[in-house]
Amino acid sequence: MVTEELSARQLRDRIAAGQITSVEAAEAVFKRIEELEPVIGAYISTYHDRALETAADVDRRLIAGEPVGRLAGVPVAVKDNMCTTFGATTCASKILENFHAPYNATVVEKLLAADAVIVGKTNMDEFAMGSSTENSGLKQTVNPWDTTRVPGGSSGGSAAAVAARLCFAALGSDTGGSIRQPAGFCGVVGLKPTYGRVSRFGLVAYGSSLDQIGPVTRTVADSALMMNVIAGHDPADSTSVDEAAAPVCDYLEKLNEPLKKLKIAIVPEFGAGADEQVQKAMTEAIDVYKKLGAQIVEIDMPHLDYAIAAYYIIATAEASSNLARYDGVHYGHRSEKATDYVEVYSKSRAEAFGKEVKRRIMLGTYALSSGYYDAYYLKALKVRNLIRGDFTSAFEKCDCIMMPVSPTVAFKIGEKIDDPLQMYLSDIYTIAANLAGVPGISVPCGFDQNNLPIGLQILAPAFAEDKLLAIARMFEKETDWHTKMPAIIT
Amino acid sequence: MSELQHKVIVGLEIHVQLCTKSKMFCGCAAEFGAEPNSRVCPVCLGMPGVLPVMNKQAFEYAVLVGLALNCRIAAFTKWDRKSYYYPDLPKNYQISQYDLPLSTNGYIEIPLESGRTKKVRITRAHLEEDAGKNLHTAGDFSQVDLNRTGTPLLEIVTEPDMSSGAEVRALAAELQRMVRFLGVSEADMQKGHMRFEPNINLVITKDGRQYKTPIVEIKNLNSFRALERSVDYEEQRQLDEFLETGEVMEMGNKTTRGWDDEREVTVLQREKEEAHDYRYFPEPDLVPVELTDAWLEEIRGRLCELPIKKQIRFVEQYKLSDYDAGVLTADRSTAEFFDEVVKAGGDPKRACNWVTQDGLRLAKERGCRVDELGISPQQVAELTNMIVMGDVSATAATAISDIMVTSPDLSARRIAEEHNLIQKSDADELEAIVDQVIAANPNAVEDVTSGGKKSKKARGFLLGQVMQKTRGQANPKVVSEILAKKLG
Amino acid sequence: MAKKIDQAQVRKVAKLSRLELTEAEVEEFTGQLRAILDYVEKMNELDTTNVEPLAHCLPLSNVFRQDRVKESLGTEKTLGNAPQRDGEFFKVPKILDDSSGA
Ligand SMILES: [Zn+2]
Repeated sequence: MVTEELSARQLRDRIAAGQITSVEAAEAVFKRIEELEPVIGAYISTYHDRALETAADVDRRLIAGEPVGRLAGVPVAVKDNMCTTFGATTCASKILENFHAPYNATVVEKLLAADAVIVGKTNMDEFAMGSSTENSGLKQTVNPWDTTRVPGGSSGGSAAAVAARLCFAALGSDTGGSIRQPAGFCGVVGLKPTYGRVSRFGLVAYGSSLDQIGPVTRTVADSALMMNVIAGHDPADSTSVDEAAAPVCDYLEKLNEPLKKLKIAIVPEFGAGADEQVQKAMTEAIDVYKKLGAQIVEIDMPHLDYAIAAYYIIATAEASSNLARYDGVHYGHRSEKATDYVEVYSKSRAEAFGKEVKRRIMLGTYALSSGYYDAYYLKALKVRNLIRGDFTSAFEKCDCIMMPVSPTVAFKIGEKIDDPLQMYLSDIYTIAANLAGVPGISVPCGFDQNNLPIGLQILAPAFAEDKLLAIARMFEKETDWHTKMPAIIT
Repeated sequence: MSELQHKVIVGLEIHVQLCTKSKMFCGCAAEFGAEPNSRVCPVCLGMPGVLPVMNKQAFEYAVLVGLALNCRIAAFTKWDRKSYYYPDLPKNYQISQYDLPLSTNGYIEIPLESGRTKKVRITRAHLEEDAGKNLHTAGDFSQVDLNRTGTPLLEIVTEPDMSSGAEVRALAAELQRMVRFLGVSEADMQKGHMRFEPNINLVITKDGRQYKTPIVEIKNLNSFRALERSVDYEEQRQLDEFLETGEVMEMGNKTTRGWDDEREVTVLQREKEEAHDYRYFPEPDLVPVELTDAWLEEIRGRLCELPIKKQIRFVEQYKLSDYDAGVLTADRSTAEFFDEVVKAGGDPKRACNWVTQDGLRLAKERGCRVDELGISPQQVAELTNMIVMGDVSATAATAISDIMVTSPDLSARRIAEEHNLIQKSDADELEAIVDQVIAANPNAVEDVTSGGKKSKKARGFLLGQVMQKTRGQANPKVVSEILAKKLG
Repeated sequence: MAKKIDQAQVRKVAKLSRLELTEAEVEEFTGQLRAILDYVEKMNELDTTNVEPLAHCLPLSNVFRQDRVKESLGTEKTLGNAPQRDGEFFKVPKILDDSSGA
């Protein structure tokens, strides 16, 4: 039986054992999509026929005793900013609404090679710019725990799909918290790997020096399983790290390795800005670790307060350049009103980009423009260095740092949409990891009085994903937050 | 009229396309003339999600040119994005190098009139990717072909050290010769492998005061002729304009002009106000390049003797004329073949004549290089020495060369002997024949000895008779000497 | 300290960004960008005199590919997403100026 309790890894094992067929699993997922997707709105597109074909092929190969991949038969979803040769790759933008990529992102190739069954592509904030998925140019996604609330963003579709069991695992991308924050809001596990750990080739760029693909899953083990599939060097990505320099390990295998004398750092001053209930959940989570024998150290990271400022300059500067290519000339939307080639640019972009995208392009262009470069962009790069320095010295004193994922639980749809700065400020806990390039994970650690999930964020040194996952797994073993399900699915 | 002198000052920006097999950041073939938009992949099409990966060969070619330009090569260099919107630039930014270029502070030595050279300082040389092509010939719209997009380009910027159209042309030609010698570019003007943008203004001295005219940049010139003419044209135009308006150089009054090849005039180009805000910033998708000493030395090892050096050496060492040395060094394989001939003991002057005449002619006929004719430098050396020794005539040498191409295993002497092309230089033997001719032609002898108008013609007649008797194998120089001795 | 962004600058930035903005958008963006930039100025509390700018998180260098030709997409796929094409070319309205930068 394909139940909602089943994790991706359990499903994989049962498929391999012949207890469940891949087709059964895929059909179960599509049945749930049929029921819930009209409410949740997690997907921009789904591939029913293609998925069932893949599933049937996996079943055939299992019966024939042929070798299969690590995700054989597992229905997974991919954020719609990763290129696929099947269907469109829209980035939830009208400008790419009909864009069909002629190539697969490296991570998509890896999923296919692992025999995963790709169910569909998930909704997101347009070009991954946002923290609520409200900036999607194509549709609205709601939070499965409370459909009047946002799922978080920008990987809101992936998080909502995993939480509502519309897939067994999903890929998201995280530039300033876009995996961890929606995972936190939706009560699932979200991992942002170290910058350079997972290939970005085929990930539609937002902030190139910050973007990183990672898994959104129901359990920590599923996260490790997904990392086993997607991590590793890619010669097509110059910023992907050579495995000789930073070896990829079997994250699943190392998941239960005992961690002795675990030292956890907290940043008391920095965490103080979170809501009371979030702080309470944090304290309780730390207590769980204390009981397991971990030592808690209080540290100061004086530059974290400046992370949002630096981030919104660096990310938007890179974005202003990354998004220059959407001009209506070679692909994507072209305005019918353009009378000369300059208008092809300015009208196509004006018609098809949403407000937040325009705002960030404007901000980034301004920060790079003549006369402002030093005051904004260069300054931000220097602040970035100071922030990285905070992490370097912190990790001399501890194995990991813990803090909330987000200062609040999922907010109401429309609550922050008219105040971009307030929306930006909600990324306060997640952004620094992207600036420093270190990995971070969000794991469910409680609920507020309205039964909305709260996430615990754990940050580890660069390329210590194995340790990070093992630390997260310690918590998961002691608690049952990850087993809670939104009412809508039961 | 008041006292007025002027001097033209020119700096040059040159784009040289490097002849790598694949493009700079993707594996598409970098080739000219393919079907439009057929050498394009997601990367050079700037599709969503793509990432560039640097072509190592392009980088090393660029370093090699930097070394040849006597530049300081940066141990650490990085990539930047230069933003501007244009349909031939699919990403709407160009990957280039801004504040840390690959090479800086060099110079190039250029040949001026006979033998004289001049050093022009090189400000910088950096790598960047080329754009595609916009075509405007189809009707009321433009067409875009992206085959060229992403081809590696070296941008070389000189200091404003040139002071005439001819000098600018000389630099361009020298650079062309240099990059061809280095094998880093075909530098074919027809294919747009070299494009020029001169920056021109005048320093005018009028009534003891100096004035500088506003700088004009001429965009996108792709022939030596257009380059030279446009500079010459600007010189006069700026002088006229100064006399009319008195406008001098100041911040922000630099203008851009295009060259109208038919009318041979420069034309002012309208520019957008924001045209120069390129918003450079470090390319996040590429990592820096650190050039170790060992790697730099390895690349330095691939340098060859540069054409200008070779040319000077040929003049000094082999006493060739500057013109001949120039012809020999127009092409590396020709120059090196010549050098080999001399090293094999060939007479330099004769070797030069052979290479530039018989050699290049045969090469042209066969559509190959001189060193690919199948004639070895040793064969040529032997042949030149036979000419010097008087064993064969120049005409016979040409005939021998023609045979050598088809029988590369035979030595020059063997061919000469087999084809009776050895000329008789033995004085005793020839003297006997001269005596016979003198005896048989008393009238002509009379004309010679009487010294009148007919003397020269008669001497020629007698020489001809000797040549006839020897079936053309007599050395005419020796025969003339004997005739002179006998007839005065 | 940079002077506060005004509508004229917003218009200029929009032009640089190739975004045609309505008057209402100019007004809206001016206010929002001003608020964001005010917040961003917080960075000036930090003395960064001796701090190197950090553009790349990773200490990577010298990542190259060999000069080998790989298959291209071919003309049809290259033009597959083109909003307008003319035979084997992308088609755009007539370009009358030369603002190429290369
Ligand atoms: Zn390509």
